[in-house]
Amino acid sequence: MSRLELRFSQLMKQGRRALIPYITAGDPEPRITVPLMHALVEGGADILELGVPFSDPMADGPVIQQASERALRHHVTLHQVLDMVSEFRRNNSDTPVVLMGYLNPIEAMGYEAFAKAAAAAGVDGALTVDLPPEEADEFVTALRSRQLDPIFLLAPTSDAERIRRILAVASGFIYYVSLRGVTGAGHLDLGEVQRKVAAIRKQTRLPVGVGFGIGSPQAAADVAEFADAVVVGSALVRRIADLAAVPENIPAEARSFMAALRAAMDVVPVAKVSGG
Amino acid sequence: MTYMYPDARGHFGKFGGVFVAETLMQPLAELRAAYEHYRSDPAFQEEFAEDLRLFVGRPSPLYPAKRLTEAFGGARIYLKREDLNHTGAHKINNTVGQALLAQRMGKKRVIAETGAGQHGVATATVAARLGMECVVYMGEEDMKRQAINVYRMKLLGATVVPVTSGSKTLKDALNEAMRDWVTNIDNTFYIIGTVAGPHPYPAMVRDFQAIIGGEVRYQIMEFEGRLPDALVACVGGGSNAMGLFYRFLDDPQVALYGVEAGGEGLATGKHAAPLTAGRVGVLHGNRTYLMETDDGQIIETHSVSAGLDYPGVGPEHAWLKDSGRANYVAVTDDEALEAFHVLTRIEGIMPALESSHAIAYAKKLAPQLGRDKVIVINLSGRGDKDVHTIATREGIQF
Repeated sequence: MSRLELRFSQLMKQGRRALIPYITAGDPEPRITVPLMHALVEGGADILELGVPFSDPMADGPVIQQASERALRHHVTLHQVLDMVSEFRRNNSDTPVVLMGYLNPIEAMGYEAFAKAAAAAGVDGALTVDLPPEEADEFVTALRSRQLDPIFLLAPTSDAERIRRILAVASGFIYYVSLRGVTGAGHLDLGEVQRKVAAIRKQTRLPVGVGFGIGSPQAAADVAEFADAVVVGSALVRRIADLAAVPENIPAEARSFMAALRAAMDVVPVAKVSGG
Repeated sequence: MTYMYPDARGHFGKFGGVFVAETLMQPLAELRAAYEHYRSDPAFQEEFAEDLRLFVGRPSPLYPAKRLTEAFGGARIYLKREDLNHTGAHKINNTVGQALLAQRMGKKRVIAETGAGQHGVATATVAARLGMECVVYMGEEDMKRQAINVYRMKLLGATVVPVTSGSKTLKDALNEAMRDWVTNIDNTFYIIGTVAGPHPYPAMVRDFQAIIGGEVRYQIMEFEGRLPDALVACVGGGSNAMGLFYRFLDDPQVALYGVEAGGEGLATGKHAAPLTAGRVGVLHGNRTYLMETDDGQIIETHSVSAGLDYPGVGPEHAWLKDSGRANYVAVTDDEALEAFHVLTRIEGIMPALESSHAIAYAKKLAPQLGRDKVIVINLSGRGDKDVHTIATREGIQF
């Protein structure tokens, strides 16, 4: 059983939803990333989404764009991101880590080389925002050969046929993009999200996470009522940005933000156990 | 034609394709379906042809450049005068086509990215004519360099949004336009200005620009009674070059030359020549040659010509390079500037700095080919917009 499967099955037994924070590796400084990852877990994160900085983050709003820019000022490379995961694994062997980013840095490394190095570092899955399943055969094969999960997005614009097509190649979990827009936008329509998540659930046993636009404990709790996982990115990255001048304070701030999200999500009664 | 690219999924060999976030997959499918429908719809094609004739001023002349031929001392040189189009460049051919498509699709708002401002002006122009809302994304740096074009777009009723992310230039404007599109899919049509982006844009923009080479085919007959031996065009994203080349791809006797921006010289690294000195990667929705670091980060480019200052290139050019059908070369800023002055002084035609790159390469090619050969150069735009840049480089203050 993969680390992701194991984590979701444990949560299901506990009647809890997964809290998945997103941070950009190397933001605001490379030395902060590993302590920050540990702090997120201490605060209550179940799975970590680690962003690979990219010069042209087309699907991201200003908050995460600027996180990439801060990291790239330190010339953070994909190799270094993988080293950070290795270092994190020295003290944590059970929290799944998913890399999230854009295809080009992985293309530059080569799919095979990436899959091999990611698996060796202790990465569990990869989500490449600009790689739809139509173009992903080779990449998915490379990931699977190393027991890594290819994680895909579904969006409000994905019709039934696209949902089927993506479910056919995805594993680990499904990441549902809760709005038409970029990361960190603020116009979440909970009713619409809930209907779409229900529709996706009918077609898959994979856990369904929801992200984009979830910025507060209340929003996390609302989404936790019907999704298996709640992804919080921009709201966390904004807190990191605010402390960029005093990076040593970042892990504590992140820990307490996670704890607030966790507390709000855990009071939600998880009536219907999902995932099958 | 026997040349049949791209395939159904938008691939030119290993290049092209659709590399975008999931949210854009469905709107791109809708665009593909609409374009497939209207490209074979006689009423649409008729309206497009009529707009090109009456609004753009086509056909543009093919001009025998006799004194330039003498000066370069070799092949007979003809200039395809896209600079004489409405708004002063080839860009308008494509914006007229895409705006008609947007109108057919019921979109009331168009957005565009622009570097030098030519595509932004061409988009604002068609939006004004069709009564559409128009938003143009432009890098903050480019807005400073091209203040007149910014004002032109505003006069035409467009909103120009400064882009402050990344390098604050064309590539970042494209990112920002994509972000707008993903947020406003329902009412917005994204008019991409070059043969790049996700499928169907590279093929669609090429088709709207293919009139350039289509006209050259019959115009050259009047002068020479045969096809030219070589076509020369500058390549940034590559839309004027694809427009000139496309109708000649099945004529192997016609050699094709795409001229990239060599900037301060390929050896300095300060250039914008991904085909000549780049690597294959994925950016802005397609796989193509890019200017990037070993780690896959896109790097800032350099060219005296803002219209060529782009780190990628249309995927069809990547394919034509790898298949050997077209040749890609680079000329430096200095060579392009010299060509600008030569054409201005001896033919009375002031070329855009982009087009000056094509003239500069023809200076090398013409004597190699010899006097019995024929070269057609795409004069893709007029140089008025560049006068300030040239004056500044030459230390002249107004």
